[in-house]
Amino acid sequence: MEHLINMNVDIAGIHFKNPVTVASGTFGSGMEYADYIDLNRLGAVTTKGVATVAWAGNKTPRIAETYGGMINAIGLQNPGIDTFLTRDIPFLKQYDTKIIVNVCGRSKEDYVEAVQKLSDASVDMLEINISCPNVKEGGIAFGQNAAVAEDITAAVKKVSKHPIVMKLSPNVTDITEMAKAVEAGGADAISLINTITGMKIDINKRTFAVANRTGGLSGPAIKPVAVRMVYQVANAVKVPIIGMGGIVNAADALEFIMAGATMVAVGTANFHDPLTTIKVIDGIEQFMKEKNVKDIHEIIGCVNG
Amino acid sequence: MSYRENAIIKSTSCLATGIYEIWFQTSDIAKAAKPGQFISVYSSNGAHLLPRPISICEIQGDLLRIVYRVVGEGTKEFSQMKAGDMLSIQGPLGNGYDVEASYANKKAILFGGGIGIPPMLELAKRLHCEKNIVLGYKDELFLNDEFKSYGTVTIATEDGSAGVKGNVLDAIFEYSIQAEVIYACGPLPMLRAIKAYALEHHIDCYLSLEEKMACGIGACLACVCDSIQIDEHSKVKNKRVCKEGPVFHAMEVEI
Repeated sequence: MEHLINMNVDIAGIHFKNPVTVASGTFGSGMEYADYIDLNRLGAVTTKGVATVAWAGNKTPRIAETYGGMINAIGLQNPGIDTFLTRDIPFLKQYDTKIIVNVCGRSKEDYVEAVQKLSDASVDMLEINISCPNVKEGGIAFGQNAAVAEDITAAVKKVSKHPIVMKLSPNVTDITEMAKAVEAGGADAISLINTITGMKIDINKRTFAVANRTGGLSGPAIKPVAVRMVYQVANAVKVPIIGMGGIVNAADALEFIMAGATMVAVGTANFHDPLTTIKVIDGIEQFMKEKNVKDIHEIIGCVNG
Repeated sequence: MSYRENAIIKSTSCLATGIYEIWFQTSDIAKAAKPGQFISVYSSNGAHLLPRPISICEIQGDLLRIVYRVVGEGTKEFSQMKAGDMLSIQGPLGNGYDVEASYANKKAILFGGGIGIPPMLELAKRLHCEKNIVLGYKDELFLNDEFKSYGTVTIATEDGSAGVKGNVLDAIFEYSIQAEVIYACGPLPMLRAIKAYALEHHIDCYLSLEEKMACGIGACLACVCDSIQIDEHSKVKNKRVCKEGPVFHAMEVEI
């Protein structure tokens, strides 16, 4: 009976066996999770952000738990693209899953150089992180100005051999303005949301709970904000959406799908249970069986129907 | 290899003010565990998403013992659990101490400070060398009697209510305790002082570090410490406490 249920989705000509990936930064390049889950089951693995050279990241403490979520300020620590290409990509190529590489930079030139270095890599899509709240240069600064976001999108699109996903920050007044800007710049898809800037105070130490003072709030606490923004963006642009923000189970993932996301990503929940992605995939399938949904496309954006 | 299990609690007790123990019945975790490793313990309250990393105190067949301090909502929840209850745990995690290494036969000091004392118990059991076990407390003692069959135990308390008044280094000076290798777990100021002492006296020294963790398995890069050399995995001067650690040679890390 299983073949009657279609969970396949396509984004920019790339075929995914199911609509479930992971949120960048919560899953490394999958190596650490291979002890717990079969990576072949995932629609795609989205890697931790990688830059042209290694970045050391922020001082510790880098994380703090908050009610129904957590604040992180890792600071995009990464080993640099050369190590990534020779170590992480060959690891992921052992699995029957798609590879979405998250790219970070401190300037337009950084993004362009990183994308060029990935040109010949055997990966499926690039996700451009213009929304990290925890680095001084680049990151969110590019994701809060529509003209800059469009300019970076056009610049990476010009040199990329792979489809480009632009990852948006929720820390803006109007998310649709940013979505339209990256679509105008030529983005093949949009992923959202990155984390919401937050702060936690350690009342016993009378100081900030994370060394960076502010950090990105993630986890179930932010899900309603994320679902709202996915819905708004789905109604503002034509490009497909990878939705994320607080997904811990299939019901959460289905909310994003019904709001208009073609794919969904599991992030912080991976820290609570490394099996979350698999449970979400199985749960979506179960829901489709129970509700007699034969094709996932019947429910993508269905709340508008 | 590490495992995720719903482990059955065999027994619990309170060892001192705010210090609790749990004995878990595990399927695979205890059999795979080494001294110095830790487990992630998960709250059953969805508001507390992140695991609490807790060091392994003892391993007996399928049984695993943790001794921990109640510091927040998560550990408070664990302290209210009873025999027969289940908790979701993952492990064993981290590198642990290498009790087969050549230095493991050398005359040793095992330093434990506060909630850094529990992991020293399984290490004391596994090491077959001449051992001085030096335990530092603020005031109230716990676990100290259990170390007696594995070595010579010396106590230091901050308030002087038991043993030497002062810290663990005051205790070794008081009794002229010497060693060829040091193992230490405890608060950062204690580890810094022990590292300085070990360097000054050219003693091999292994430190167990602690840092705020999210995933506990090496993926999120939250729990890094500064390393002296560029790390093989990160390609920068830091190491993951949960993966390359929590046990480091003192000369590997800046603390």
